[in-house]
Amino acid sequence: MNDHLSHIAHAGALGLRYHDSGEDFVELALPYDEHLVGDPDTGVIHGGAITALLDNAAGFAGRPPRTTMAEIAIATLDLRIDYMGPATPGRTVIGRATCYHRTRSITFVRAVAYHDSPDDPIATGTATFMTGTPNAPRPLPGSESNGGDRAGDRGSANRGTDDRGAA
Amino acid sequence: MKFLIELREQGRANDLAALLEYIPYARFLGLCVHQLGDEIITELPAAPHLTGNPNLPAVHGGVVGAMLEMTAILKLLHDTDCERLPKTVDVSFNYLRPVRADHSTYGRATVTRQGRRVANVRCDLWQAERAKTVATSHGHFVLAPLVADEPGPARET
Repeated sequence: MNDHLSHIAHAGALGLRYHDSGEDFVELALPYDEHLVGDPDTGVIHGGAITALLDNAAGFAGRPPRTTMAEIAIATLDLRIDYMGPATPGRTVIGRATCYHRTRSITFVRAVAYHDSPDDPIATGTATFMTGTPNAPRPLPGSESNGGDRAGDRGSANRGTDDRGAA
Repeated sequence: MKFLIELREQGRANDLAALLEYIPYARFLGLCVHQLGDEIITELPAAPHLTGNPNLPAVHGGVVGAMLEMTAILKLLHDTDCERLPKTVDVSFNYLRPVRADHSTYGRATVTRQGRRVANVRCDLWQAERAKTVATSHGHFVLAPLVADEPGPARET
């Protein structure tokens, strides 16, 4: 898991760490840091940092089993975040993500950000990801269209990994 | 927000660049803002620490989300007299194209509906071509009370 994180420059810049995982969830931790602060008067971290935490945790939970970042890209299609209340200044925020449905190319994930218990959330989110696209350098914008077309164009070159997500 | 009140007292209510400089998370991202009359354009210059997928390379989805949220908040600060940062209730992000990590990203917000307490804001981001939207968002924000000297709670949800 930390190997996955080390591929993601922004995860390192934020200070994200692996926290826990289980049968049906993945947790990342976002330790409090001055550079995350969104309101200097209160010291509360910015909503954007919570968004990044939940996006990242959801991406891990949504990854098809036994695939690596080098093989398969995870593209976020849609992410919705509801903010219930401010994070407490000085405290680590945990982001827990659960994949609740998977099709051949689309993954549906729920996520929650909390301090002590997922039942007392700072924010909740839902995300859908497109999976199964080989992770390779893409042409510059202008020569490509939207994500759906890309999957269609390249899915066949996918070494069978498209099917793995269908389980 | 103390700084916001100071800016307003100095007659620099619309100095959004000064405000961004005051927010540590905006400095961390490297976000800047251009004001062309009442048009507010945010810019996120390409930087290595914003990368989420090194293979494309693409900007991290969380950074894209943060930029959309910031763009909405700056637009609300510009358009209203609120003296605290608007608070995000919910945002829905749509990722339409890969956001290239080797190119600047630009953002613009539209206030779809502004009530007394809650504003509904849409944003979109683009890179090299204005017509090719790379990401959009749609969110609700609670606007802070308009009365400056009323002692409010230190922190409010």
